[in-house]
Amino acid sequence: MPVEIDIDEKSVTAYISGEIDHHNAAGLRSKIDEAVENAYPEVLILDFGGVTFMDSSGIGLVMGRYKLMKNLSGKVFVENAPRQIKKVLRMAGIEKMLSEKSGKEVLV
Amino acid sequence: MKPINEMKMSFESRSCNESFARSSVAAFIAVLDPNVEELSDIKTAVSEAVTNCIVHGYKENIGKVYIHVKIFEGARIQISIKDKGCGISDVKKAMEPLYTSCENGERAGLGFSIMESFMDKLKVRSKPGKGTSVTLEKSIVSKGK
Repeated sequence: MPVEIDIDEKSVTAYISGEIDHHNAAGLRSKIDEAVENAYPEVLILDFGGVTFMDSSGIGLVMGRYKLMKNLSGKVFVENAPRQIKKVLRMAGIEKMLSEKSGKEVLV
Repeated sequence: MKPINEMKMSFESRSCNESFARSSVAAFIAVLDPNVEELSDIKTAVSEAVTNCIVHGYKENIGKVYIHVKIFEGARIQISIKDKGCGISDVKKAMEPLYTSCENGERAGLGFSIMESFMDKLKVRSKPGKGTSVTLEKSIVSKGK
């Protein structure tokens, strides 16, 4: 499960690609958490632009990162989710859970 | 009613087989010419059901997961996904949105909700100690459009 991580002053961006299921969610989770725990960002951006398949394991992934960032008083944004991925995320009402980011089309 | 085509497969309850299972079902039904959304809905629902067999049905053990796909006249698909694992004592509760028996695994508790909303029909039968069977149905209406 490939994920590329960009770290700048205030944010960590995880560019996820491929398929998110129960099998590969754990590896993804540990890579993202490692970056967050090193950088203590204000914002974690999960970029789903390259995701070709996702089941409810992806919802667990977003909700878990939301909790992690809440503990750090930070925020999580989901960006570039393809249509089918949005459909899955909507099942959890994730667009309401994540707070709004100004000036950029972000949420689900 | 007799199916016009059918396929049976079984595989070990290892998480690396989740992707194999949904892709195999998708490949089998491709002949019905589903559109991207229909295909993705079916793959997602199959992935949820198979993951349930692996995570909940067999837990730390390795058992067999059985998939039986039938295609009926009018592009109606019936997919049955079965395990011979621990079974569910309270199916109604297990199907409640956000309910999960996993406490630390980051499971969202939305597997059955997704199967229900992405497919036309969902039927769950389970016996504690015997296993669980999930039957999913969907008609392909798009013909590729």
